[in-house]
Formats: sequence, structure tokens, C-alpha cells
Amino acid sequence: MLTDQKRLSRKWQHLFLLIIVCCFTWLSIEMVQFDFYQSLLAIPTAGLWMVENLWITADTWREFPDIMLKLVETILMSVAATTIAAFISFFLGISGSTTTRRNGLMAGLSRGIASVARNIPVVAWALILLLSFGQNSLTGFLALFVGTVGFLTRAFMETIDEVGLKPFEALTATGATYFQVISKAVIPQALPQMLSWMLFMIETNIRSATLVGILTGTGIGYTFDLYYKTLNYEAVALVTLLIILTVIAIELTSNRIRKVIL
Amino acid sequence: MGIAYIKRDKTGRINIKIGNKVDYTLKAILWSLGIVTVAAFLFFDYTGFQLTSALKETMTNLQTMFLTPALTHFSWGEALYQVGVTLALAVLSTVIGAVIAFFLALLSAENLSNQGIAKVIKTYVAFIRAVPTVLWVLIFAIAAGLGSTAAVLGMLFHSVAYLVKAFSESFEEVDKGVLEALRSTGAGWWQTIVHAVLPSTMTYLLSWTFLRFEINFSVAVAMGAAAGAGGIGFELFMASGFYFDLREVGFITYCILLVAILLELASTQLKKHYFPSQH
Repeated sequence: MLTDQKRLSRKWQHLFLLIIVCCFTWLSIEMVQFDFYQSLLAIPTAGLWMVENLWITADTWREFPDIMLKLVETILMSVAATTIAAFISFFLGISGSTTTRRNGLMAGLSRGIASVARNIPVVAWALILLLSFGQNSLTGFLALFVGTVGFLTRAFMETIDEVGLKPFEALTATGATYFQVISKAVIPQALPQMLSWMLFMIETNIRSATLVGILTGTGIGYTFDLYYKTLNYEAVALVTLLIILTVIAIELTSNRIRKVIL
Repeated sequence: MGIAYIKRDKTGRINIKIGNKVDYTLKAILWSLGIVTVAAFLFFDYTGFQLTSALKETMTNLQTMFLTPALTHFSWGEALYQVGVTLALAVLSTVIGAVIAFFLALLSAENLSNQGIAKVIKTYVAFIRAVPTVLWVLIFAIAAGLGSTAAVLGMLFHSVAYLVKAFSESFEEVDKGVLEALRSTGAGWWQTIVHAVLPSTMTYLLSWTFLRFEINFSVAVAMGAAAGAGGIGFELFMASGFYFDLREVGFITYCILLVAILLELASTQLKKHYFPSQH
């Protein structure tokens, strides 16, 4: 139970937090000259504009095969980036997790790699890689890959940590070698959760792929950008609709898979 | 008994690998992901791509970027200001988003609201979440013009959708007994929220909001680069796509990395403070 004094200090803490948040918000409004009134007005204007312009007409359907091709490319890019990143992250996760690590140096190294890869935004990777890889699918793939390695390594480390020391110790006690312990105790316990993280990352990557595509000129993002810049709003609507359908379909599929494996 | 229930393989050894549904599903997913990955590499468009030269170039580029970062087109003060602008975009979309999401989440939590309304809001929110943020920003840019208004509105849409899902799931985990106890004393809807729901979910709401703030920072960088929203992301885009100034790209990347790592440290500290049992 909370004592009265603790409850009071909680209250002060919350008040303090509220004041800090208000200060930061005010500072931010000043900094970017954000206009509440104008933004409120912009919402109905944008809504009206969307209703008026974002209609998919019969004409647009001629573009459908081209758009689908790019969409498939984007989906493949996201899945490939996630799968290969998961493979790398698996090893980084094992050498970085407190349960399974062998030496501090390797653990620190894998944590460091993960932190840098995760904290440099995908956009920055895309722009950096674009300079030397040029405008092709591999640039988009690599940008997604690096970010995914960062995220999945952290997720896998936490998953392996959660398995805990007990199965590890039990198998070690029977005389199993390190690799036997990993393959018979750690992997079976951690695999469902790891797969769940991979599915989550595939979803996220499809959304990021759109952004990366705009910057690197690949996949569905590039298609969107082309139609947007040539003011072909009907095609913009079709592209957006297809992205929505893809993301929702993938989300529903992974929810069903999660129900089975977790 | 016994013998009949033991499955043996061809050589007469006891078969210990009798799979179940979970095992089959796991294997099927792993195999299909592998096949899709191989297919992806066959399908990719490799226009203008040469592995050896690209790798060599990347190595020299990365060296220039990260070993000799420098500023040429703007000053330290300006760099700091641009990071501030990006942070400001993130703060605004997170704070306003959290306030809106709080009320929508109350309406969409199945234990606090009407089932019909909850369903409608949840479907609507799933729809908004499926559109990438950059598309929202670009769509708003047509109505409001490129700049902070469009960027904040676009990011706001996505933040609200994300937080409504997270918040309403936290609300739905509130102990049923507590709600019933309060209702049986004659407490109104607001009173149940203020005295039962808020105290037990506050820490979750805060940690979700902070997590979204971390995400919004990198989204704000992205919006600067891809949708002209200003801030450090725009400078990054200019340095790499316009001036081809690798040393400046390196400097800006370090700035972004530094802020992101600070935010991550802050969030782990907050988590330790609010959820000490988990660590």
C-alpha cells in the first residue's frame, strides 16, 4: 500500500512532470512557429481536398500492373531485409545476451553495433548508401537491413535474457557443450518470440520502405513520389490504397500466426 | 500398455521428434521466409550496380564521413538550432497526439465504452496506422503548404493512431473488480476514470508516450529529408543529395546519433524508475 506521504510525493512528481512537458511544448511552438488555429483549419481543408481529389477512376486502373510490380518489389525487399537481418541479429543477440555471452568484449561489441545501427535513422542510412550504391533495389534493401539489425539485436537479446539461466544451467550440468546448450535449450524456448519480432519488423519495414523508396528512388515510394510530383492524384490514391491493403493484410496474417505460435 | 504408444522410426529407434502444430508452423514460416528472400534477390533490379566498386566506394565514403566530420555550409549554432527544430516537431506531435489519443482510447477501450463505438474507432485507427507517415505529411502539405504545420499534422495522425492502440490496450487490462467496486458505489463514468483507471495505468501511458517520442524524433528527421519539413533531416538531405558533402553528412549523422542515444538512455532510466521490478 502507498502511504500518504508517498502518495503526496507521487502527486508532486506528476505535477513537476506536467510543468516540464508544458514548458517544452511552449518552447517547441515558439521554435517552429506552429499555429494552432491555422492547423485546425487545415484539417477540414485537407479532408475536403482528399474527398474531392483522391478518387480512383477507371483511367487509373491502367497503371495497376506497374504499381503492383513496384509493390511486390517493396514487399520482397522488406521480407529479405528482415530475414537476413534476423540471421545476423541471432548471432549478435547470442553473443550479447547476459545469459549466453562468452566474454565481455564480444558482448560489448554486439551491443555497440546494435545501438549505432538502431539509433541512426533509416533515412540517414538510405542517404548515405545512395551515394555509393546508386539508384537500385539494393540501396533500399541495405538501408532497411541495417536498421533492422539494430532493432532485432536488441529484441533478440531481451528474448534470450527472458529464457533465463535455468535451462542453460540444467543442460550444462548434463555435460552438454556450449553449442548443444544453445541449440537444445535456448533456441527452442526463444524461437516463437523471435519469430513474432520478425513479423513485427516485416510490417514496420513495409512502411519504412515507402519512405526509403522516396529518397532512394526504388519501390513503391518512388512510384508514389512520381505520381505526387506530376500531380496525378488519382494514381496517388490508388498507390495509397494498395499500401493500406498490404499493411493490413500483413498485420492480420501475423496476428493469426502469433496466436498459433505464442 | 506402453509399447503401442511409442512411435519408432525405420531403424527401430524411438522417435522423439513427433511434431506438433506449433513446430510445424514455426518450420513453415522459417522456410517460406527463406524462399521469399531468395526470390527477392532474383527479382531485384540491379541497374548500375557493381558489387566490388560499390563496396570499395562505401568503405571510403564511410571513412570520410565518420573519421573526418566537419561543417561547411552552416555553423555549430545553426546545427544546434536545426536539431532543436526536429526535436520541437517531435515534442509537438507527441504531446498533442497523447492528449487526443487519451480521450479516443477511453472511448475505444471495451471495458469503458460502448462496444459499437469502440469497434468503429479501432477500425478507423487501424486504417490510419496502415498509411506510412510520410504519405500523411505529403497529403497535408497540399492543403497546408510544406512546412511545420503539415509535418506536425501528418506526424500527429500517425502518433494518435499508434497511441490509441497502446493506451486502449492498457485500459483494457485494468482490473474488472476495481471498476465494478467503484460503479457499485454509484460513481459516475468520469469518477471511475479519475480514481480507478488513471492511477493504475498512468505509468504505462507515460512510458508508451515516451517511446512514441523516441520514434517521433526519427520520424521528424525523416520528414525533414523526404517532405521538406525542415530541421536537421532537411540539412542531411541537402548535404548528401545537393552538395555531396560527405564530411558534413558525417557531422549531421553524429548529431542525430547523439540525440537518439540520449533519448534511449533517458527512456531506460525512466523505465527503471517506474518499473523497478522488471530489471
